[in-house]
Amino acid sequence: MCDTCGCNITHGNESLIKPGGKLARTKSGKEAVTVLHSLLQENDHTAHHNREHFDQHNVLAINLMSSPGAGKTSLLEATIQLLDPSIRIAVIEGDLETENDAERIRKHGVKAIQIATGSACHLDAHMIHQALHNLELNEYDVVFIENVGNLVCPASFDLGQHHNVVLLSVPEGDDKPSKYPVMFRSADLVMISKADLLPILDDFKSEHARRYLQDIASTAPVIELSAKTKSGMTQWLDWIKQQISNRKDYLKQHPVQSGHAHQHEHEHLSQRREGAKNTKVISDKAIPETGSPL
Amino acid sequence: MHELAICESLMDQVERIALERNAQCVTSIVIGMGPLSGVEAQLLKHAYSIASTGTVAEQAELIVESLPVRVRCNSCGAESEALANKLLCKTCGDWHTTVIGGDELMLLSVELEKPDELSAEVLH
Repeated sequence: MCDTCGCNITHGNESLIKPGGKLARTKSGKEAVTVLHSLLQENDHTAHHNREHFDQHNVLAINLMSSPGAGKTSLLEATIQLLDPSIRIAVIEGDLETENDAERIRKHGVKAIQIATGSACHLDAHMIHQALHNLELNEYDVVFIENVGNLVCPASFDLGQHHNVVLLSVPEGDDKPSKYPVMFRSADLVMISKADLLPILDDFKSEHARRYLQDIASTAPVIELSAKTKSGMTQWLDWIKQQISNRKDYLKQHPVQSGHAHQHEHEHLSQRREGAKNTKVISDKAIPETGSPL
Repeated sequence: MHELAICESLMDQVERIALERNAQCVTSIVIGMGPLSGVEAQLLKHAYSIASTGTVAEQAELIVESLPVRVRCNSCGAESEALANKLLCKTCGDWHTTVIGGDELMLLSVELEKPDELSAEVLH
């Protein structure tokens, strides 16, 4: 919803603003202001801005989400090893603390930027925006964003990605889509990870997971994959290549305006707040922090 | 607990509105949200008491309107209420549905107290 054309008035809230509705009343001496804006307006604005940056440089951005330990970093490592080397990859890692995941990615010779969120349980668009200052986007074809391991909070924040991939690892149980519908509803692709454990943990039934996904009206394709045995990797890599190609075709038909005026003097309100100060973007020092054209 | 981050964003919007309208203080804030927004009303209210401290909305009442999950069936076109993890058509049972309500997370309205003319004159 865009907050400008009235599409934010839904079946759910229109009764509230009609005459006689709860929002129509005004007490004497007071002014009632009808707003109808998303609470995440500022984040969504920055996310849109990030997406413009990705599009200007023909970069596909994929946001990986899952519970902690579902195998996001292992999936990225396997992807780096097996993806066509002509496809240039960068990774933005989100964790509460440590640079461990970024280190794992860098060992494969791939640029990785670690965002240490401190106490924040999710990445938001402002953090990605900061990270993009340390990334020369024209050097990459795909940027993977590894979100903080969490099946709740990251689902509410648009980062400017083009696709969400949600991992459901076999040890977690096949009913996770039913327990975390908001997260799994956001998925453009669902990956059943650690699929090599399916014969051992036989109470996980892939068909059950698929049925729970149907219950939340998900039309996302499902891939069973093991980063360890590499089964399912071909399907995943084909999906990535298909999305790169689709995005390029889309941008040919809908070119992004060049010379997009962009000033970073502005200070986002939320960045002034205490919470945002606790977020650190750790560059891998390969590129000077001020060297970005963003 | 992302509710605190969301509340901070809410406070930014409310403070901006109060400033634009030259309000003395904010007396109530109404937000509308559905179960598919991924935000818990109770946690949001708790976070609000923290985020509003020291702001123009410190004394404001936060009213949360819970909006129901509603789906439209892509097969038969019927609209029905649904559960967050069971977004099926109540008429034909199909799972090919589109959510038309229940994923909102919106600031619906703000009630402001304006300085009356008398006190405005005294100030001048």
